[in-house]
Amino acid sequence: MSNVLLQYLTVLILTAFVGTEIIAKVPSILHTPLMSGSNAIHGVILVGSMLILGGATSNLQEVLGFLAVILATLNVVGGFVVTDRMLEMFKPRAKPTAPTSDEVTK
Amino acid sequence: MSRETLIDLLYLFSATTFILALKGLGSPKHARRGNMVAAFGMLVAVVATFFKYVDGHSLHHLWLILLAMFIGVIIAVPTARFVKMTAIPQLVAIFNGVGGGAASLVSLTEFIHVKSTHPATYVILEVLLGVLIGTVSFAGSAIAFAKLQELMTGRPVTYPGQQVINAIVGLAALALIVTILVTASTTLLWVLLALSFVLGVIFVLPIGGADVPVLISLLNAFTGLAVAASGFTLGSNLLIVAGVLVGASGILLTRLMSKAMGRSLSNVLFSAFGSVVTASGATTREDGRSVRSGTPEDIGILLGFASRVVIIPGYGLAVAQGQHVLRELAELLEAKGIEVFYAIHPVAGRMPGHMNVLLAEANVPYEQLLELDEANSELATADVALVVGANDTVNPAATDDPSSPIYGMPIIHADLAENVVFLKRSMRPGFAGIENELLYNPKTTLVFGDAKDTLTKMVAAVKAN
Repeated sequence: MSNVLLQYLTVLILTAFVGTEIIAKVPSILHTPLMSGSNAIHGVILVGSMLILGGATSNLQEVLGFLAVILATLNVVGGFVVTDRMLEMFKPRAKPTAPTSDEVTK
Repeated sequence: MSRETLIDLLYLFSATTFILALKGLGSPKHARRGNMVAAFGMLVAVVATFFKYVDGHSLHHLWLILLAMFIGVIIAVPTARFVKMTAIPQLVAIFNGVGGGAASLVSLTEFIHVKSTHPATYVILEVLLGVLIGTVSFAGSAIAFAKLQELMTGRPVTYPGQQVINAIVGLAALALIVTILVTASTTLLWVLLALSFVLGVIFVLPIGGADVPVLISLLNAFTGLAVAASGFTLGSNLLIVAGVLVGASGILLTRLMSKAMGRSLSNVLFSAFGSVVTASGATTREDGRSVRSGTPEDIGILLGFASRVVIIPGYGLAVAQGQHVLRELAELLEAKGIEVFYAIHPVAGRMPGHMNVLLAEANVPYEQLLELDEANSELATADVALVVGANDTVNPAATDDPSSPIYGMPIIHADLAENVVFLKRSMRPGFAGIENELLYNPKTTLVFGDAKDTLTKMVAAVKAN
């Protein structure tokens, strides 16, 4: 086993602990935004996809890499936008809310 | 400092923002900023990658990369912006699926790329895991999307010998992995890709609509692990950190979700839960007991004279788009000095916390939302439990009837309140397909009709009194 592999395994193990520790304290009302937010974070595969397309040396690799960049962009952009849209709606009560347009005013 | 070191430092910065973002998501106050921080970190990582060298040269096909990104952005932004909030679970499923697909393609392409250099066995193993997990996540998410979008039946799809067939496909995939490890055959890798796709589909088919959220959470974790596998192949700490973070959090979240339903994860995944519809859908049962129905006006008056009301919303409320009218009703009652709370079951809606998101959209302050235990203690002294579009989450069979498929699931004890009011479209059973004894309880009044219409009439009735 090479030293590089060992270094990656170290990162893997430590991150697994960090991941579970941080998540354990999230209140259940934030579970959906959490799932959506972590969904956006694994969109980091975009970086891998760029490297693949940027290093492509055959037509097949170019086609696969091109597809990968599209899919990964969908993941990362869609993920962050949806999460932001959800979180936008968590407002504390203290702020007086302006009447919304669909509210029946009498 | 060399160019590569600088880029790696920027990657380290990005990885740190991802961890901070997940931490921020732990409180409503910091959640939105946390998400922004991660988005910024992602932007830094992507920009830095443009300056990276691959195989000793700068990135080729720059215009292709930019074109692909442009295509991704013009599809993703409008979709994410304008899809209705009730459709969020589908959206998360599909954005997760494409991520899994991308991870699978990255692993596959990297294998083709480095194959001529005779990579070490562990490199091939990383590739195979990336392709397998990523493709299962892609195919599984596509089926989950189809189920939630009602493009196909939400009921479990079962056929004779299903478990055996699934086991055989799974074993075939394993055998194929071992073979490829020895032969390093590209052709067989394509076969593995196809087989993983089939595996993803048949794995998800027997899972019923009510359990799909748990499944999406699991597939989200899968994609994370596939990304981590790609990270090993490409030698990228950033991908490993981000992938493992998501993998670890996703698995924990999945377990929390199955626990909220009082079931084990394996029960959720393999029992084809909800395939048998046990409810008859009739208003009179064989033993002669029937339900009592009332008009929205009756209920309006009942609410007007209550001193404590607990609202129990379910997915039916969201389908009818009745959240805003419901909030208006609650505000009217509060103006009369009546205490109003919302009791939120962990799996109300179609994802944990989905109902909170839907109510937040209607400007319901989150201080009024009670979690399960709090809600049940409030209900003991409540005058009215108003169940709007929920069914399975208040079904007493979960505590009373050991033969019921939902036995053991924690529920909201609506039956503790003085009066129970159900707003329902029809006598059809809930998502899990199980009859609800509470509908026949003498305390219970049913109001049939579209939840939004009924609530609007109730608002008028409360105002008139």
